[in-house]
Amino acid sequence: MSQSPAPSKNIFDPVLNICAVIGASVLNMLASIGTLTAFAGRSITHAFSLPFFVSNLGRQMMNIGYYSLPVVGMTALFTGMVLALQSYTGFTRFNAESAIAAVVVLSITRELAPVLTGLMVAGRVGAAIAAEIGTMRVTEQIDALTTLSVNPYKYLIVPRVIAGTLCLPLLVLVADIIGVFGGYLVSIHVLDFSPSNYLYQTWDVLTTNDVVSGLTKAAVFGFLVTLMGCYHGFNSARGAQGVGAATTNSVVSSSILILIFNYILTQVFFS
Amino acid sequence: MTSVPYKIEMQNVAKSFGPKNVLNGIDLQVPAGKSLVIIGGSGTGKSVTLKCILGLITPDSGTIKIDGEDTSFVSGDERDRIMRKFGMLFQGGALFDSLPVWQNVAFGLIHGKQIDKKQAKNIAIEKLDAVGLGAQVADLFPAELSGGMQKRVSLARAIATSPEIIFFDEPTTGLDPIMADVINDLIVKCVKDLGATALSITHDMASARKIADYIAMIHQGKIIWFGSVSELDHSNNPYVDQFIHGRATGPITEKAEYTTRRA
Repeated sequence: MSQSPAPSKNIFDPVLNICAVIGASVLNMLASIGTLTAFAGRSITHAFSLPFFVSNLGRQMMNIGYYSLPVVGMTALFTGMVLALQSYTGFTRFNAESAIAAVVVLSITRELAPVLTGLMVAGRVGAAIAAEIGTMRVTEQIDALTTLSVNPYKYLIVPRVIAGTLCLPLLVLVADIIGVFGGYLVSIHVLDFSPSNYLYQTWDVLTTNDVVSGLTKAAVFGFLVTLMGCYHGFNSARGAQGVGAATTNSVVSSSILILIFNYILTQVFFS
Repeated sequence: MTSVPYKIEMQNVAKSFGPKNVLNGIDLQVPAGKSLVIIGGSGTGKSVTLKCILGLITPDSGTIKIDGEDTSFVSGDERDRIMRKFGMLFQGGALFDSLPVWQNVAFGLIHGKQIDKKQAKNIAIEKLDAVGLGAQVADLFPAELSGGMQKRVSLARAIATSPEIIFFDEPTTGLDPIMADVINDLIVKCVKDLGATALSITHDMASARKIADYIAMIHQGKIIWFGSVSELDHSNNPYVDQFIHGRATGPITEKAEYTTRRA
């Protein structure tokens, strides 16, 4: 680009340039949303037609569900514990210590268990999916599937997305229990609450809707995380750099989508 | 239809990626049961030609016929059915690294042809034997094999379903000259045993001479010469002459790609 000010230059040029940049990025974004939607649509239609790779689904459920248990359990335990501790320091000012059990169980089941589990799984599983499928793309393994008459959507993507959608609610159910248990531990052993009172207050405030809304969120997050991992991996650019970018994009985009959909689903359930 | 049965026919196939015209009207006929090798420099459209025939890339225009059936825009289940006629040896092997060797070889049998696992494993071990590998490698993973062995496994996978058409994408690239010759011999043997039609792309002339019945030279997205192997050395085509003798000066290097790199 030359820096010399051309005399014939239109004074609106800088403005037009800015408009062009904004326009280009908006068009880019719309194009990405379009390809992502097409990708999701294709994945879903392939999920409802044969053949179905059952053993792949089993392996993915092991990977996404079972092997995520430790990290999800730790997250839930410490979140429940810190929640009890923080609400105690706040609530003692208003003599409202009895509300701690309610705060712990409602925040865990409605918000924290699904969102934190979703984010942890996005980091653990979404990244791994994007890296694995991206490497398969780069080394022509996906093309090889096609030449062996196996549809890559059915073989690679459908099992992962279904496993994610099924496993996340189960993980969140475990996280709910461990999270409440963490709050219980701190309340009983650090804050000297009565165990029976705490459990009674927990049970008293909890409704089916709290748990069901959390599990529904979890299913949506599981779908999003695995879909984004597959999408970015499947469309990975050539080379190590391409796979690296696919991994990063998968984690960032699924984390953001989790937060956006968390708000939307909360609005749907509780308004 | 012509009197000679062509297995694959390409008519005026064009494909561009953005502003770059990779294929500028490819016309190519592959006779049934023969081995055709496409030669040409890097970036002249060899791989794209193969991928168009396989349907991995959709051409912008032109027709591609397989067994006389137009397949240019076929997808979905129809495409899967056509793909059953094909086997392909990928340049980098493209073995599935999450599966042991025998499952790689048997992949098309188990998933494409729904043969039961035990029987498929026996066929896989047979095919491994055909490419000179013992049954002991069957349970190893691809990452545990050397480059030459991976190529052999990949070849075994390409021939496992007894395809009618086999593609070889730079089969000798990255191998030492002796292993390259071994692979060439295997390719000739396997293609003959199956009675398959073979289409290969390579820039290794020793390999091309060994495995080809016919040779086509591609340059700037067009087939500029076609003939049998025996005609190759007196083609009177300056492009072909420069390529097969590997000269740095000639009509090919006067064009953009090489000159800009040197400048």
